[in-house]
Amino acid sequence: MANEYAENTTLRSPLGRVRGLGSAKGGTHHWWMQRVTSMALLPLMLWFALSAASLAGASYAETVAWIGRPWNAVLLLATIALAFHHTAAGIQVILEDYANQEWVKMGGILAIKAICWLLALASALAVLRIAV
Amino acid sequence: MSIMQDSREATMSGRRSDGTPVRRPLSPHLQVYDMMQMTSALSISGRITGVIWSFGLLILVWWLVAAAAGPSAFAGVQWFLSSWLGLLGMVGLTAAAWFHTLNGLRHLSWDAGYGYDIATTYRTGRMVLIGTAVMTVLTWLIAIIAWA
Repeated sequence: MANEYAENTTLRSPLGRVRGLGSAKGGTHHWWMQRVTSMALLPLMLWFALSAASLAGASYAETVAWIGRPWNAVLLLATIALAFHHTAAGIQVILEDYANQEWVKMGGILAIKAICWLLALASALAVLRIAV
Repeated sequence: MSIMQDSREATMSGRRSDGTPVRRPLSPHLQVYDMMQMTSALSISGRITGVIWSFGLLILVWWLVAAAAGPSAFAGVQWFLSSWLGLLGMVGLTAAAWFHTLNGLRHLSWDAGYGYDIATTYRTGRMVLIGTAVMTVLTWLIAIIAWA
């Protein structure tokens, strides 16, 4: 039957359809980056939580000396970058799920991205000023 | 949240093209679930603890920027963190952070295709709750020993 034939036919190859990513213009990249950052943050946050706990009651000089140690500074910079990426990605999904108005959704996502970028850069600058 | 007896109760208020109001059927959503079940409760807690941790990141930013700014700015952070409100907030934050982390591990195993049957879901859910309590206490034990 003609209809049956039409249903199973498309002008695009399966590979082309996958590469085209459909009307969303996005595939699994956002989701995948959430998983990648979460896996990277597992050891980093374990390290940071235990370090921060052992810094309880430390003086200003001791804290600054700890941040400034090269290994700590590198791990802190990695934690900052990954944590803010993960946070922005997570809040974006929450906005996409719960914001009804398109302008609220779009505005909220852009605002969250801006805030996360600025806070990440400020934190990174703080670490670098202490470490360098 | 109350459990809906009939999914047809889930309707949305819409308007016909002539402007007259109409209640159109909607596929069953949150209303049909008992949100106090372990599965739904832990699911939404994953999101809530993620949002809480976003606020925790603000404290991390404040801590780092104040440390870079100098002793007087850093004294402000220390004053807040050692105040009752600060301590209470940090305890809550630690618990939220551990929950989000352990629940995240659960999600990663689901993403890999494991643990979908109901018995395992409940078992890993209980493990997340127990793990959160144990790790929160452990973190604060380290903090108290370091402080003393």
